Amino acid sequence: MRNRKTGNAVAESENIVAETAEKIFTDLADAQTINLDKKGNWKALLWQALTEAGLPLSWVPEDCGGSGASMAEGFSVLGAAGRFAIAVPLAETMLAGWLLSHAKIASPEGAMTVAPATPKDRIAIGADGTLSGRARGVPFAKDSKHIAVLASGANGLSIALVDTANCRIEAGLNLAGDGSDTVTFSNVAPAAIKPAPKDFDQTQLMLMGGVARSLQIAGALEAMLDISVRYSNERVAFEKKISKFQAVQHNLAKLAGESAAALTAATSAADTLANSTSFDDAVFLEAASAKIRCSEAAEKGAAIAHQVHGAIGFTIEHILHRYTLRALAWRDDFGSESYWAVELGKMVAARGADELWPLVASR
Amino acid sequence: MTAALRFDPIRLPPECEKLRQEVRAFLAEEIAAGTFDPHKPNREDADAPEFSRRVGERGWLGMTWPKKYGGHERTFLERYVVTEEMRVANAPTRRFFVADRQSGPVLLKYAPEHIKMDILPRICRGEVCFAIGMSEPNSGSDLFAAKTKATKTDGGWLINGSKIWTSSAHIADYMIAIFRTSPPTKENRRHGLTQFLVDMKTPGIKVNPIGQITGQFEFNEVVFTDAFMPDDHVLGEIDGAWKQATSELAYERSGPERFLETYYVLTELVRAVGSKPDTRSAEGIGRLVAQLHTMRRMSVSVAGMLQAGKEPVVEASIVKDIGTVWEQQLPHRVRDLAAFVDADASNHETLENQLSFAIKTAPKLTIQGGTTEVLRGIIARGLGLR
Repeated sequence: MRNRKTGNAVAESENIVAETAEKIFTDLADAQTINLDKKGNWKALLWQALTEAGLPLSWVPEDCGGSGASMAEGFSVLGAAGRFAIAVPLAETMLAGWLLSHAKIASPEGAMTVAPATPKDRIAIGADGTLSGRARGVPFAKDSKHIAVLASGANGLSIALVDTANCRIEAGLNLAGDGSDTVTFSNVAPAAIKPAPKDFDQTQLMLMGGVARSLQIAGALEAMLDISVRYSNERVAFEKKISKFQAVQHNLAKLAGESAAALTAATSAADTLANSTSFDDAVFLEAASAKIRCSEAAEKGAAIAHQVHGAIGFTIEHILHRYTLRALAWRDDFGSESYWAVELGKMVAARGADELWPLVASR
Repeated sequence: MTAALRFDPIRLPPECEKLRQEVRAFLAEEIAAGTFDPHKPNREDADAPEFSRRVGERGWLGMTWPKKYGGHERTFLERYVVTEEMRVANAPTRRFFVADRQSGPVLLKYAPEHIKMDILPRICRGEVCFAIGMSEPNSGSDLFAAKTKATKTDGGWLINGSKIWTSSAHIADYMIAIFRTSPPTKENRRHGLTQFLVDMKTPGIKVNPIGQITGQFEFNEVVFTDAFMPDDHVLGEIDGAWKQATSELAYERSGPERFLETYYVLTELVRAVGSKPDTRSAEGIGRLVAQLHTMRRMSVSVAGMLQAGKEPVVEASIVKDIGTVWEQQLPHRVRDLAAFVDADASNHETLENQLSFAIKTAPKLTIQGGTTEVLRGIIARGLGLR
C-alpha cells in the first residue's frame, strides 16, 4: 500500500510538470500557427517560456544550475514535447544537462546539444587535454551555444562542456527540416572537463538519448492518431464520413495499436531508467526495445496517418507532416532501430536460448 | 485529444517472483518425470488429467476466486505469472485452461449458489474441463445470429440445434453456451439469447470431432437433440446474454496466451544460431525480442488495470489484435532466419519440426476467440468512429 501511495504522489508531480510543458506548448507552439510562420519567429518566444519554467535544465540538480526535477518528471516533458512535435532543442538541452551532471559540471544558460549522437562516432582527448574527432547527426548543433561531449582519453572517459563557437559545424537537416549537423572538433579546448563516473559509457548515453527519442515518437504517434481520427470524422466521400468505411476504421485501429505499442515501450523504458541504480541486461532490453519498437511504430503509424488524410496530408500547408516526418527522423538519432536490434540480438544470443524468457519475464 | 489509451508501466509485485520460481520448479519436475516434452507443442498427450490435478493441488487454479468456493483469493497478477510460465513451457493446460480463465468467473457471477458450491471447488482441484459454446454453423463472428433453440418445458428447457468449432468438447465435462430463448426484437438484434450451463453427460448431446489442418482434433461439432437443461442451469438474465458477454472479454483477450502461442520457435532459433550470431540473425532476433517485450509489457499493463478493478476493453482488444498478429507472423520470421542456420546444429531437427507445426497453427490465431476484424471493429468504436 505504501508503494502505491508513493506511486500516486510521483504520478501527480509528473502531471504538474507535464501540464506546465503542455500549457507552454499550447500557447506558443500551436502546430497550425507554427506551420504558417515561415520566418520561425515562434522559436525565440517558446524557448524563453521554456527557460523561465526551468524545463530545459529539468535533469540538472539545483547546485549545478538546474531545476532538479526527477527523471520521471523530465521524461513526462519529453512525451508532451512529442505530442506537439516540438522543434527546438529541448530534449537535447535536457540530455546535455543530464550528461554534464554526471561529472558535476554546471550547466550554462542557453540551448545545448550532445555529442556523439550516434553509437559509432568517437571523440578523443589528446595528451594536451584538447578534444578531436567528428560527430555526425548532432541535433541542433548550429542552434546551440554549448555541446556536452563524452570523450575518451588515456585515462578513460571524460565529460566535457564545449563552446560551439570553437567547433567546425557543417549544417545539415533531418527529414523534418530540423538541424542535424556534423560537428568537427580539431584540438578544441573544452570550457570544462571532468572524468565520467566509473561505470558510465557511451552505450548508456546512446540509450538515454534513444529513450528520449522513443518518448517523443510515442507522443507524435498519439497526435497522429488524434488528428487522423478527427479528420476521418469530418471528411465526407461517397456521401458519408470516411470514418464510416470499415477499411478506414481498420486502418485507424492499426494506428491505435502502433501508438499503444510505442507508448508502452517508451514509458516502460523511461520508468526503468528512472528507477534503476545499475545498468544491466534488463535495462538494456528495455531501452533498446523502446527505440526499436517505437521506430517500427513510426514507420507503420506515419504511413496510416498519411493514407487516412489523402492528398491534403501531403501538402506543406497541412500540419500532419510536422508529426510524421519528425517521428520518422527521430528514428535515426542515437542509434537506429536496426543498430539496436543487432546489439540486442547479440546480447540475447550470448546469454543463450534458455535465458531469453527469464530476461523478458524479469520486466 | 482522443480518449487517451492507457498503458501505464505496471510492474509485477515481489510476491509474483517467488511464485514464478515455484511454478518453474514444479514444471521442471513434471518435465523430468516425463509428463510432457517442452520442445514438442504438437504432442498427442495435450489432455493431461493427472497433471491438471497436480496444478490444482498447488493452488494454481481459481487463484483469484473466494476461498469459500475452493479459490485462493490471490491477485490477477499472480495468476498472470502462472499462466505465462505454463505457456512458455508448453505445459498441457488444455483440460483446465478454459475453466480457470473464463467459465469459472462466469459461474461465480451468474450461477446459483448450490451450483457454485458444486462445480467451482472441482475446477480448483483440476478435475473438470469446460468448453465454450458460441459459434454455430451459420453464426461465427456474428454471435447474435445464433439459432440453437432453448424451448421452455416443465422444470427446464429443451435444446435443439448445434454448436461448432467447440474446442475440447470431446473431453469437456461442462459447456457454457448461449441458446436462443426468444427472437431478436426490432430495436435490439442482440436480444433473445440466454447463457446456460450444459452438463455434457446430458442425454441428447452428441459430439463429433472435426479434423484440423495441423492434424489435431481439438475442436468439434456438438449436436443437441431435445437435450434437457434444468431451470437452475440458466446463467444470468433470460434473453439478456448480450449484457453479460462484454466484460468477460477483457480477461479473455489480453492474457499471455494471446502472444505466446508460437513462442517456442524463437527460443529454438536462438539455440540454433549459437552464442555469436551473424548480423542478419542478430538483427532479426533483436527485433523479435523487442516486439515480444513490448507485447508483454502491454499485456501486463492490462492485467494491472484489471486488478485495479477497471474494464480496459479497448486496450485489451489492442493487445489481442497486435499480439495474435505477432504470434502468427513469428514462425514465418523465424523461418526466414533459420534458412541461414547451420543444418548440423544439434537442435536443427527440433526447430524444423516446430516450424512446421507453428506455421500450420498460425492461421487460427487471428480467428479464435474474436477475429482480427471483430477486434478492430471494437477498437474503432473505442476511437469514436462507429
